[in-house]
Amino acid sequence: MSMYNSNRGGIIQIIIGVIFFLIIAQLISLQIFSSKYVLAANNNAIFRKIIYPDRGIIYDRKKRALLENTISYDLVVIPNEAKAVDTATLCDILKIDKAEYSKRMIEVIIKNSRVKSGIFEPFLSAELYAQLTENLYRFPGFSLSERSIRSYPYNTAAHVLGYVAEVDVNFLQKHGEEGYEMGDYAGMTGLEKQYEPILMGQRGVKRYLRDNKGKIQGPFEKGQFDTVAIAGRNLFTSMDVEVQQLAEKLLQHKIGSVVALNPKTGSVIAMASSPGYNPNLLTGNQRRKTIGRLLTDTARPIYNRAIKGQYPPGSTFKPMGALIALDEGLITPSFGYNCFGLYTSCGDPRKCEHHNAGHAANLQLALANSCNSYFLQVFRMAIDNPQYHNAKLGYLKWKQYVNSFGLGRKLGIDLPSENRASIPDTAQYNKDFGGAKYWNSCYMLTLGIGQDRMTATPLQLANAMAFIANKGYYYTPHFIDSVEEEDEVDKKLLANFRVKQQVTKIPTEYFDIIKEGMHGVTVFGTAAFIKVPGHEFCAKTGTAQNPHGKNHSLFVCFAPKDNPTIAVAVVVENAGFGATWAGPIAGLVMEKYLNDTLTKESKTKVDYLSNVDLMPEAIKAWYVRNNKTEMLTPIEYNNDELADIWDMEMLSETAPIKVKVDTIKKLDTAAPPVQPVAPPIKNKKTKEQALNPKMKKKKLNNKKINVSI
Amino acid sequence: MSVSNNNNFSKGTDLAVILLYLIMVAVGIMCIFMVEYNPNLDWSNSFLTAKTNFSKQIYFAIFCGFVAIFILLIDSKLFTALANISYVLGILLMLATFVLGKNINGSKSWIPIAGGFNLQPAELCKIFTALILAKFISKPETDFTKLKSHIIAGIMIALPAVLSIMQHELGLALVYSAFIFAMYREGLPPVILVILLSFAILVIATLLLEPTTLAIIITAIAGLFIANMIKRFKRNKNNILIVLAIWAVSFGTVRFAVPYIFNNVFECYQSTRIYSMIGKEYDCSLNKKSASSTSEKKTKKPDDYNVKQSKIAIGSGGFWGRGFLKGTQTRGKYVPEQHTDFIFTSLGEAFGFVGTFTFLALYLFFLFRLIRIAERQRSTFSRVYAYSVVGIFFFHIAVNICMTIGLFPVVGIPLPLISYGGSSLLTFTTLLFILLRLDADRQMVLR
Repeated sequence: MSMYNSNRGGIIQIIIGVIFFLIIAQLISLQIFSSKYVLAANNNAIFRKIIYPDRGIIYDRKKRALLENTISYDLVVIPNEAKAVDTATLCDILKIDKAEYSKRMIEVIIKNSRVKSGIFEPFLSAELYAQLTENLYRFPGFSLSERSIRSYPYNTAAHVLGYVAEVDVNFLQKHGEEGYEMGDYAGMTGLEKQYEPILMGQRGVKRYLRDNKGKIQGPFEKGQFDTVAIAGRNLFTSMDVEVQQLAEKLLQHKIGSVVALNPKTGSVIAMASSPGYNPNLLTGNQRRKTIGRLLTDTARPIYNRAIKGQYPPGSTFKPMGALIALDEGLITPSFGYNCFGLYTSCGDPRKCEHHNAGHAANLQLALANSCNSYFLQVFRMAIDNPQYHNAKLGYLKWKQYVNSFGLGRKLGIDLPSENRASIPDTAQYNKDFGGAKYWNSCYMLTLGIGQDRMTATPLQLANAMAFIANKGYYYTPHFIDSVEEEDEVDKKLLANFRVKQQVTKIPTEYFDIIKEGMHGVTVFGTAAFIKVPGHEFCAKTGTAQNPHGKNHSLFVCFAPKDNPTIAVAVVVENAGFGATWAGPIAGLVMEKYLNDTLTKESKTKVDYLSNVDLMPEAIKAWYVRNNKTEMLTPIEYNNDELADIWDMEMLSETAPIKVKVDTIKKLDTAAPPVQPVAPPIKNKKTKEQALNPKMKKKKLNNKKINVSI
Repeated sequence: MSVSNNNNFSKGTDLAVILLYLIMVAVGIMCIFMVEYNPNLDWSNSFLTAKTNFSKQIYFAIFCGFVAIFILLIDSKLFTALANISYVLGILLMLATFVLGKNINGSKSWIPIAGGFNLQPAELCKIFTALILAKFISKPETDFTKLKSHIIAGIMIALPAVLSIMQHELGLALVYSAFIFAMYREGLPPVILVILLSFAILVIATLLLEPTTLAIIITAIAGLFIANMIKRFKRNKNNILIVLAIWAVSFGTVRFAVPYIFNNVFECYQSTRIYSMIGKEYDCSLNKKSASSTSEKKTKKPDDYNVKQSKIAIGSGGFWGRGFLKGTQTRGKYVPEQHTDFIFTSLGEAFGFVGTFTFLALYLFFLFRLIRIAERQRSTFSRVYAYSVVGIFFFHIAVNICMTIGLFPVVGIPLPLISYGGSSLLTFTTLLFILLRLDADRQMVLR
């Protein structure tokens, strides 16, 4: 009977086949065409643990570590295991209350879930660490976890070294492909930023299998996909910790900068910027407290004036001006100018510090005595050089020279955000004076003595000295001489630091002449009282007028005279004469570097100079107004002991107040008359602002008249 | 293919099916092993003490082997003889669970027996129902073209199904619909299949569309039909009445029957699962059953965690799979109930599309082989029974795999011969080997 339905077996087969086909179609879609499931599975089950390598260390020229890694401890907790905790004792140790305890616990749970460990208290102090280790058995679920942080045994070179900090969203966007993750640390400024890839090393990744409750089951695939952490490589500089510390010490209570280069290599020996800060204040748990204060300080302690500060070079530019004129054949070494204390060729008279006859009878004398009239004349000769038909072309040629000395352009030092400062363009003068036809050498006359719109960074000034010391070339200033286990990439990176920047073809005789002149400065000229025991040196003082108040005190020099191994530029803002403040600082820096030690007399000088307070009144007033002590200055430079970062906190909180009061008092009462190291300065009256020029055409910053010693 | 053998015992027994059966059971044990694998465990020890599921499954398999041999030794006439009595016994056992029942995973359908093992009578009832259905249809006085016969068969099937629903075992109840294959083969008019299919479409549409929209659509379709009829046949009262009746039934289904089933028949979690399949949220406060049980939360988010993790596991297998014991979803125990209802995921993850395709191909071959066996029976009894077995196997496979890959709501139905579980393995073994026994005597006409 049912035999008639035998075809129905086939229909049933078709139905089964169709359903199986549907299943297979869905499997194709799931297993072949959707990649999201693999990702989802990996997100579920693979727990990536990043193994952080130690960061590379930066050494000075004597292989002393400018910064190191130290271990800091965090108190971490796995909330699920934190049962029967002696909370009272724990709160007592951490000095928190129960409410704070539960608040933190909830934060940990929100951030890292109940089964993973989260940070309960970061960066434990030594004392806390000891107390917690002793009592840890009372706190089940809590443990101490190591992490590596930076420390700075010499408390120095904060601006140069920079700091590391936790990466933020912006950083992650910029460095998306370099494998950084939230919570990572990276170099944010200074050498730490510049050499981040080398210092960081290579992070290792360990993959663990995690079950549905978040428990680690063991290594994923027996660790075959794990990568090993490779430690960051060390960097070697030519810096000298002691010179660096000395420079920073001498700049205490002042605003300014010291840059010392080795002209033979372009390596930086010391670079200080004041006010500065103790780099240990930006590591570990110090950072949170300090960073805000540093950022809001009106004296801008984070700002590296050595590469960013733009100062009119003033008279320190004069050797360069002379060099141009010599090379152009406009003057000879015997060229003299009959200066009687005023330069009047451009209408408004410009003052010169000297009026005795013959103080500018030849180039050497003019340099030694820093005669303004002489160099104004030389500048005019260069601009109005008949060879170039008009002032504009003459100016361009002059600018080309100045740029070739490394002024007005970025030198390419291995620090982030170097400033190019300014050697003005003709376009700016065209704009000011209504066109190229309407100006001549008289309109920017004071460029000849490093004023007008000319600015330079202390680094550029030091580099210009290296250029003169080397007689016509320099090496790009840099910190890093070599990298540990240098590879091809590193060689490429450092290649530019290892070639001479042969920028001009000025004959060496001309350099000899300039050197003689600058030597004259230190023998019978404006800096004759500054001595470096055992060494002859060449120098040039500068006292630069500026729109911000008292004149800047500048000093550039190199030593020894015949085989220079150090070139220094010092700027002290609003301090007055170049020879009074910047000069002695530079002298001491050179002495320390060349002799490796200071004479007893020099040490007294250091003590005196480091305590002189030359902070502008406005800044002092700001400190008083904001009820802040100057936390930045009183850094104890102690080479023997490693600084204890917990002690630093004490220092910054309490000690400064006393020191501050002392120095202010000393300045108020004793400082002006008693100047044990500074020799009597001729012509005290130069400070007065005489002879205000009136520009006939357009407004020009008429404050910029040069006064020079 | 009948493989003739000198051995009297295996004479006429289909060796291909036995081979496939052994492969399936082995694959099942391997899958359970993958789910349980943990490198830190001492395997030999846990195997001997039968502490792990995979070792228990091996013992179950050995036991089932004895049962299989035993069945093959029984005289095939015994099955026809015992068909009625076993069915009655099965129903009695199911009723007994209401008294003796032990609660496992929320369903009170287990009777505890000695040695820590539990028996699920609903599983066994599948066999008994298959036997009694075969017996009934094969009776000479039964004319299966008659509606009366259909209804009697329907009641035989529905009785254990209803009891299963009362035991909160929706999945097992659904399995009884698998007998439709056998009934269809024996003369159930295809119209019934079409009606059932239409009804299924209507139910799905009810879930997907707004009730009002759907009511308008149904009314519009009915209106069009009537308008068409008036044009073509002038007025055929009967036809119009039929259309109106269909409209009334559809409308009733949409407005009353479906909501009633979801709110009163299904458990809250079942309704939720079905709604979550189509990406909707079910408001459990409407559910009478959950309203009565105060302990349960009134509303729940669609809990598609199982399906999500199951799809991740299968999808992450990719084409070639992650490799034996290398599936992270399996190792991390992300798929709940992976050793039982979601066993397919461990296969999909470890062996990828290649593995799942091969597996399905084997199973498809297995089913087609059973259909071939069914068609070569001389006696109606054996054929009906064979189609029942095909239906039950197919339904389990299709529903189980479809739910793991997100094509069907999650109902607790094991994957035959693969999923962990003694009751399930024993049921399928018995089902299959009775068929093989009958097939061995296919020349005989059984009544």
